[in-house]
Amino acid sequence: MSNPEADLMRRERIMQIIQKVAGRDISPRPDESLFKSGLVDSFALLDMLALLDSEMGVQTPDDDINPNTFDSGALIKAFLDRTAP
Amino acid sequence: MAFITGFGKYLPERIVTNKELAHRLSCEAAWIERMSGIQERRYAADGETVCEMAARAAVDCIERSAVDRAQIGLVIVATSTAECRFPGPGAAIVERLGLGATPAIDLCVASAGSLFSLVLADSCAATFGTVLVIAAEKMSSVVAANTDKKTAFPFGDGAGACIVTRNTAALRMIGSRLYSNGRLATDLCLQHDNTLQMNGPSVIAQAARKVPKVITEVLEQHSYGTGDVAAVVVHQANLNLIVRIADALQLPRQRLFSNIARYGNTSSASMLIAAAEWFECASKSPAPIVVFAAFGAGFYWGAVLARFV
Repeated sequence: MSNPEADLMRRERIMQIIQKVAGRDISPRPDESLFKSGLVDSFALLDMLALLDSEMGVQTPDDDINPNTFDSGALIKAFLDRTAP
Repeated sequence: MAFITGFGKYLPERIVTNKELAHRLSCEAAWIERMSGIQERRYAADGETVCEMAARAAVDCIERSAVDRAQIGLVIVATSTAECRFPGPGAAIVERLGLGATPAIDLCVASAGSLFSLVLADSCAATFGTVLVIAAEKMSSVVAANTDKKTAFPFGDGAGACIVTRNTAALRMIGSRLYSNGRLATDLCLQHDNTLQMNGPSVIAQAARKVPKVITEVLEQHSYGTGDVAAVVVHQANLNLIVRIADALQLPRQRLFSNIARYGNTSSASMLIAAAEWFECASKSPAPIVVFAAFGAGFYWGAVLARFV
């Protein structure tokens, strides 16, 4: 994603999704671990995948679900940039 | 397809509360319940073996089902926590039950063990007549010394059993679907040194997607919908997961039977222990179908449809 404005919007959407799945107003750094650190619980990945689908139209097949791929805001953005550029 | 005559169970006496575990795991008892719906679990006594628990569940099942032991032509035992790497406990359980030289099959399919055994029994009933299915686990032998709060708190000990027969009985199995996928095998595995590896988010996400999918698939395959389902008896892994499965299927939550609050996650044994308690109070319902389903390490998962006779 080379458009800086779209890039910023995507980062903001990702932060909103992280806050929704956390169920509280957190603001982790882009590289801060979400799952490994325990910042969000085990069910958050499931909710995150559902929100990426419903809000951003990104469907993740079962075989591609890997918490490491979604373990920080930066990793989620890299995943979206790859799958929904 | 074969019939299910009845179920049985055995739970050890010792109750281990969240409060007791919370102290050892340096967490709060309320956190354990919030994360899992578990309030307490049972631990086997020192020296109480998988074989003993399995035999007690089998005796309970045989008595409840009023089956003549001489009719049992095959015993299938699911466990991942037996005392020896080999032999599996099947032959010793046959001996303990006084079943002579009846053949036994040992299955190591972790949390999906009850379900896979049930499907195997369904196929074997045509050849062996009456099949005794048992699933038993001593998970405390794995987690009792574990101080990792995420893997130590859910598990408990126990055993469940059921009788599958080609003779007409209470429930007729009408269809099943089983799957396995080893791509994520390391996300949930028990090493020989008793190290329990669990990638919680991966396991939850896979189970929450795959279980409703396979239930829907097997229902549709037999031209049923969720409106035809009287009860769903699933592996008792986590109450929050069971709720997600109910919601994904758009079923009222109370239609998914759960006893996880009292027994925790007893791995392969959980589905048959739950089935035994469900069956005890099941009344004939206008909805004719009961679904058995499980998901576990491997990953292995699937569903069985049965119909009230």
